[in-house]
Amino acid sequence: MIKILKYSFFDLIRSKWSLIYFLFYLAVTFGLLYMSSDSSKAFLSLSNIVLLITPLTGTLFGALYYYNSKEFNELLLALPIRRSAIFIGRYLGLSLSLSLSFLAGVCIPFLFYGFQKAIGPGGFALFLMTGVMLTLIFSAISFLIALKNDNTIKGFGICLLVWLFLSILFDGIFLILLVYFERYPLDKLALALTLLNPIDLSRIIMTLQMDISALLGYTGAVFRRFFGSASGIIYASLALMFWIAVPVWLILIISRRKDF
Amino acid sequence: MVLSCLLLISVAAGADTLSVSPDSRFSSIQDAVNHARSGDVIFVQHATYHEGNILIDKKLNLTGIEYPEIYPGDTAEGFVVIADSVVIRGFQISDVARSYLKDRAGIRINDCRHCLIENNRLIRTFFGIYLKNARGCIIRDNEIEGVPGDEASTGNAIHLWYSKDITVERNTARGHRDGIYLEFVENSHVENNFSENNIRYGLHFMFSNNDDYRYNTFRKNGAGVAVMYSRNIIMENNVFEQNRGSSSYGLLLKDILDGQIRFNHFIENTIGIYADGSNRILYEFNEFRENGWALKILGSCSDNTITQNNFTGNTFDVMTNSKTSMNTFTGNYWSHYSGYDLDRDGVGDVPYRPVRLFSYIVGNVPSSILLLRSFFVELLNYAEQITPAVTPAFLEDRSPRMKIIKP
Repeated sequence: MIKILKYSFFDLIRSKWSLIYFLFYLAVTFGLLYMSSDSSKAFLSLSNIVLLITPLTGTLFGALYYYNSKEFNELLLALPIRRSAIFIGRYLGLSLSLSLSFLAGVCIPFLFYGFQKAIGPGGFALFLMTGVMLTLIFSAISFLIALKNDNTIKGFGICLLVWLFLSILFDGIFLILLVYFERYPLDKLALALTLLNPIDLSRIIMTLQMDISALLGYTGAVFRRFFGSASGIIYASLALMFWIAVPVWLILIISRRKDF
Repeated sequence: MVLSCLLLISVAAGADTLSVSPDSRFSSIQDAVNHARSGDVIFVQHATYHEGNILIDKKLNLTGIEYPEIYPGDTAEGFVVIADSVVIRGFQISDVARSYLKDRAGIRINDCRHCLIENNRLIRTFFGIYLKNARGCIIRDNEIEGVPGDEASTGNAIHLWYSKDITVERNTARGHRDGIYLEFVENSHVENNFSENNIRYGLHFMFSNNDDYRYNTFRKNGAGVAVMYSRNIIMENNVFEQNRGSSSYGLLLKDILDGQIRFNHFIENTIGIYADGSNRILYEFNEFRENGWALKILGSCSDNTITQNNFTGNTFDVMTNSKTSMNTFTGNYWSHYSGYDLDRDGVGDVPYRPVRLFSYIVGNVPSSILLLRSFFVELLNYAEQITPAVTPAFLEDRSPRMKIIKP
């Protein structure tokens, strides 16, 4: 597995897409830091971009990489290597190279400009962590979808739909539910719904850093416990881990059973 | 040295000096007060004195040496002053019992003029310093620390009632109901005080006109400052920070007229300023940074001018409950502003509408705060910005600044 991981990783890190992804974050971060007058505003825009772009690239690259290297995978399958080793190795190679591009692209400008007081080292570390988590989650999901669908067009379509659903539609439905059932106590339901969407979870981890004053204005006891201490961040991070574990586990099961 | 200087001065003034300590002629403060004549100076040596309701009925200067400790006991107050021009300096008064019938205080001033209360420490007193019908008094450099309970069983650190021309400066108030409370107080100044962890307000004006407060810091109180039913209050150069909670404000304005709010800093409060029924107030050169809601201005407010303030990094800039706006917003800096400045005069060319649709939704469905900053919500906000349907279309800043304003 390590060998396959290494091979995929170095193969991908040399590809022009990784470079473009890295340069994208580099340009965006430099641009935001350079142009906005206060660093908290730059950080806010950056976190919005990360919440939108990392899932998208994770999804697209995951499917793209799987379909492109399908024949190579089939070649590997003919060799005496465990199937789990092949697929997990390839998945990790992909997601780690994407994470590296993301980390390098965001960190270099910040090292240049210094850690501004608006973020703080802890907040910045959490921000990087959520970015990496999102990459891991969405490349796993798209790998899974590609594994399930041999038809390339269909696979890409489903990947894009999943991304669109989780990043925009889900929140719309969420909001409609909350407004419609306004009269009922919805605290627990709202928190549970959040756990169902990794993008929402990541967003909440970031808003807990930046908008704690507004979040503390809410009266509900459940939220108060959730927002008021470190437990909010811990729960959200655990849920994110779960979001990585489930698709990876499904990849293992499906790859074992699939007839290539 | 200081002591001898004071002695010389008092001797020069023709006044006697009395000394109180457990092993001298006067072993209790009340005893010395009873034997003193008007104008005398009483030095109280460092020791523990178990006496309460020390009645000061003539012009005296009471000075504690190294903070003599006074324990008034379960049913008494500390000092009760009923004469003019009394000085109380350098005492430590502890453990005035709480009462639901009587407002017991560490130092009480009743119906007198020109007193000076200076450099005292009041620890776990029910009320700290209590002025009733006083004129021209100065309260400064006192440290007042209580144990916070609930609102009904905790008193105010500095309580002024029906007084005039009072100066309250450089005091520290912690753990009381209100840090500094003014009711029917006129022409008074509150300056350089520090008010922290009080369960209700850091500073509270009720029915008090023509007062000012400057250079104070209010941190982590139930609400920083409440100004209610008052006129002509000048509020300048204060810091309101981290007053956070579900009904927490930096500054609460309720039915007030003709105030000025200038050069203040509102930092990390749940609501920076909450204004209800407040008219003809000038908000100028204030900084609102990283508050949940920088300014919540209800429909009952009119003729306020909000100009040259900096709004940076607040979750929501302005919130209102009305569709019309009778207040003027002009020339402020808004960090959420995304317009352009083609003619490079430092003023944005498109107006800024500080009220977000999502703040309305949060107002109606509080749990939707979980969706803060989600793309869907940003899309809604964006659509609302272009064609306002719910938010007040006229609440806008027509000349938003492009850069932070340096006052």
